[in-house]
Amino acid sequence: MRNAPAPNHNGGFYQRDRAWHPPAFTPNYKTSVLRSPKHALLSLNNTLSEMTGPVFGHAMLGELDNDLIRNYATTGDAIGPRIIVHGRVLDEDGRPVPGALLEYWQANAGGRYRHKKESYLAAIDPNFGGCGRSITDEEGRYWFRTIKPGAYPWPNGVNDWRPAHIHFSIFGHAFAQRLITQMYFEGDPMIWQCPIVMGIPSKEAVETLIAALDREATIPMDTLAYKFDIVLRGRRSTMFENRMEGN
Amino acid sequence: MVQSLNRLKESPSQTAGPYVHIGTTPNFIGINSVYPDDLGLRPCPAEAKGERIIITGQIFDGSGAVLRDALVEIWQADAAGLYPGRGEYRGAADPNFPGWFRQPVDGVTGVYRFETIKPGQVPYVDGRKMAPHVTFWIVARGINIGLQTRLYFGDEQASNETDPLLARVELKTRVATLIAERGEENGVPCYKFDIHLQGDKETIFLDI
Repeated sequence: MRNAPAPNHNGGFYQRDRAWHPPAFTPNYKTSVLRSPKHALLSLNNTLSEMTGPVFGHAMLGELDNDLIRNYATTGDAIGPRIIVHGRVLDEDGRPVPGALLEYWQANAGGRYRHKKESYLAAIDPNFGGCGRSITDEEGRYWFRTIKPGAYPWPNGVNDWRPAHIHFSIFGHAFAQRLITQMYFEGDPMIWQCPIVMGIPSKEAVETLIAALDREATIPMDTLAYKFDIVLRGRRSTMFENRMEGN
Repeated sequence: MVQSLNRLKESPSQTAGPYVHIGTTPNFIGINSVYPDDLGLRPCPAEAKGERIIITGQIFDGSGAVLRDALVEIWQADAAGLYPGRGEYRGAADPNFPGWFRQPVDGVTGVYRFETIKPGQVPYVDGRKMAPHVTFWIVARGINIGLQTRLYFGDEQASNETDPLLARVELKTRVATLIAERGEENGVPCYKFDIHLQGDKETIFLDI
């Protein structure tokens, strides 16, 4: 007797745990009030439209794409505490996600973004653009070099400040895994005062967005390091399933 | 106690914020020296097979105001109904069709506008054909987790009537929020697809 074929991992993606993510309506983050759908979402099993996704090849990357200290600089390095951010992109089963495109963006060391809508009085750094990108390697790893961004005030409450953070946009292997999130820094007391962060329902979930200071990855006398793993939706194994066309 | 399943939790979503352009389309806002061009903003190659179409619209909040800071991505099959990229096992898609486009809405008018081709039909999980559709994903300041929806084509009435997703909509009056009517712009078919985040015309968003 032989067993049925070994399970593969080409099934639908695990249902997104909507109670783990911030809900659409988080009134302490005021902009969400008019931008949050009121109807229930329409649920449907993944189809090929969600189980497929665009591929981005390593060939598209420039040498400085993952070096924010240098990729916009003209007269010298960007100013600020030099850091490496590194980690892995995994799925919910802990499997690495190779070939994932990560795009990241951030404010400069003073908390100022290079954007025409930015109105904070902190100085622009002429050598800092604020964007970079990586594609994960075969083990799901990524790394980049940047300066630690500053905190900044934003118009929400009369005196709300964002904790230092780096935005991440992630493409996994399928459109169902598409995600945008933010990374925060270990030890920052402002994380717990931020209306955007506090839209996340549980402390446990917030903590998964806080990068740990990683002394072992620092470069002595040069650059500090933070480790930030990102988890994308996992995927069902198709054991004992009738494999219909399209599944 | 029982054994642990040892699963991880998906990283919680956070808003793309007002400065999403810096990371995704930096050239669009004048950061021109980092990448040669903006990913997803490259035009659909002229060699792509299929009927050329335009998809355009605006995104409205609950007060009826237009969003001027949103980012829209679309993902769709080629003219034969095959997806480029990962996960397509039925055959090779048109090598000249990227399938994925991305665009910030206009900073003044809030209009987005994609020039693409009309997709073919893709099977549902049980093998039935779904009606031709385009997946939309919208992020912006104030949107805590990306909003996913689908555009269906107004001139595909017969296949829309048997589409498995549209059939799941209980309040039938809401089906219209997913259907873009066909018009014309300089001789090119143009589908207008407005997205309403709230209100009487709230678009159907998906958990999929």
